[in-house]
Amino acid sequence: MQNPYLPYPVRIDQITVETEDKSLKTFKFVFINPDDEKRFAYKSGQFAELSVTGMGEIPIGIASSPTEKGFVKFTVFRTGKVTSYLHSMKQGEIMGIRGPLGNAFPWETLEGKNVVIIGGGFAFTTLRSSIITMLDPANRPKFKDIHVIYGARSPGMLLYKDELQAWAQRSDIHMNITVDGTDDPNWKFHKGFVPTITEKYAPPGNADTYAIVCGPPIMIKFTQPVLDNLGYSHDNIIMSLENRMKCGIGICGRCNIGKDLVCKDGPVFTLSQLNTMPKEY
Amino acid sequence: MNLIQIDAQSWAKGIEKLKAVYRTFGPKKEKNDLEFKELQAGELPELHFQNTRMSPKALVYPQTQAMFTYSLDESREDCRILKEVKRDEKPQAAIGIRPCDALAFKLVQRNFDSREYQDVYWINAYEATTLVGLACDHPCSTCFCTSAGTGPFGEEGLDVLLIQQNDTLYAKAITQKGESLIQAAGWKSAAAKDAAGNMDALKTKAESEISAFVETDKLKQKKIMEIYEAPFWEAETFSCINCGTCTFVCPTCWCFDIQDETHGKSGVRMRNWDTCMSPLFTIHASGHNPREHKYERVRQRFMHKLKYYVDKYNDGIQCVGCGRCIRSCPVNIDIRKICNKMNSFDPQSCSCEVASS
Repeated sequence: MQNPYLPYPVRIDQITVETEDKSLKTFKFVFINPDDEKRFAYKSGQFAELSVTGMGEIPIGIASSPTEKGFVKFTVFRTGKVTSYLHSMKQGEIMGIRGPLGNAFPWETLEGKNVVIIGGGFAFTTLRSSIITMLDPANRPKFKDIHVIYGARSPGMLLYKDELQAWAQRSDIHMNITVDGTDDPNWKFHKGFVPTITEKYAPPGNADTYAIVCGPPIMIKFTQPVLDNLGYSHDNIIMSLENRMKCGIGICGRCNIGKDLVCKDGPVFTLSQLNTMPKEY
Repeated sequence: MNLIQIDAQSWAKGIEKLKAVYRTFGPKKEKNDLEFKELQAGELPELHFQNTRMSPKALVYPQTQAMFTYSLDESREDCRILKEVKRDEKPQAAIGIRPCDALAFKLVQRNFDSREYQDVYWINAYEATTLVGLACDHPCSTCFCTSAGTGPFGEEGLDVLLIQQNDTLYAKAITQKGESLIQAAGWKSAAAKDAAGNMDALKTKAESEISAFVETDKLKQKKIMEIYEAPFWEAETFSCINCGTCTFVCPTCWCFDIQDETHGKSGVRMRNWDTCMSPLFTIHASGHNPREHKYERVRQRFMHKLKYYVDKYNDGIQCVGCGRCIRSCPVNIDIRKICNKMNSFDPQSCSCEVASS
């Protein structure tokens, strides 16, 4: 019997500081045992437990895409004990990852549909994974229009800046990058909060259009009425939740929302599902 | 039913024989209470008691358990690589476990051994365990097992059921594991022909002594949010001090925490029982807590046992009616009362302030 609590050993291959305040870093990991990469077969929207030996584990969304081979990437906000320690770690150091865990975004449902990605702040990691997956030449024909609305407090707080720039040049994805405010005279994208930009630039809702919304609670709160006005049904609004976790495999019992466990039955839920569940997240 | 009769002498001899094959556990005096402890040479399990203070869940699911060991010594090749702790695979036997506590293992099994994930620690320990039950002849006033899926002579989850009549014990093997244990103990005298009838009479008598009940028939049909938003939670849980005793004594509470504990350059990743009564159980690193208030945490415990579990597995409540949480609660919160309130709650007839204003 395989022990589901045993992480795969990985080496930190690269660390990228993502934001101007240095609170977000992207860690690129390489599996020490090459076969573990095959065992870690994942889809965009899933997460993993990052295991820092001697400190503990943290559940983090997978920021790389299954179309990117040879490594996995996670973008981590420095906030608690494990993430603070992780931020002090160096390239070449050994740690572990356990997963993939949870459900991915519903890719089978999304095939043949318009996909609108709405993200705010640092909740853009599994959304990056999703964009990379959809833009892969083998996958792009499977989707109709792809819209992205992504906002951060300031230009320096946006994640994956180079990729955002590159996507903005493409014609097969509609990028709407926004910041709450900036005095940079060369800023060439939007200014304004995510709900406002969504109202102006998101396509109208219909049966063939799905929105994936990830962001801070305040963004979600004000974006939802906008999507309602645009005609999105709650079945077509997909969200990804976070709760405190330990095991990540539905056993330790702390991340439940009603009868559903965020780790095993989520983290991806439709708004219709969330409407029937306690607001314990 | 194939009953075996065991007199006092062959009982003592059999228990000694078992100790050679199994790590043998039984109720032992611990200050004013009884607890399940390993029986040393010459020790017999206590058979005259109502129930142990703690449930015997720790036999399979220890309160603290090492999962992995690690080294942080940079000069070692395995630095920071977790290594599995070698587990003791020797068979163990619990002698004198109550039928309610045995059923609890079956309820908890759904959590630890699901289609998707298998908790190797729990499963290995459970498979190595033989449960020898002791039928209850004098239930406590707080026992409500007959309305919680079992009874004083309940057999589900047991490998052997022992029934006491005066100074004689009768043993009934329920599973193959149980047969093997009886064989290892060398108990083989067949009981007299009329014994089975006597046992049935004892069972009926014991069941009739159960004086507490819960109503659970309407729990399934209600909507989660209806009970969740019922107006009684704050008042019913007002006196709770979130001590967590209910979760620790409970045979069906399974939640745990995982922690790394380092001493010098080596350490252990371990798991420990945790409690949903603690604010730390759910607090996010950001400081946000989805169950910030005391009543929300108490509601979680009851909703989990009496509604979420019911909906998820469609096979009754996650409670076996042992009554420990009622006996141990320092402020007299009573799961029977809460369960009946949940079962009978009708949101239509609710004249709470919000509805009437």
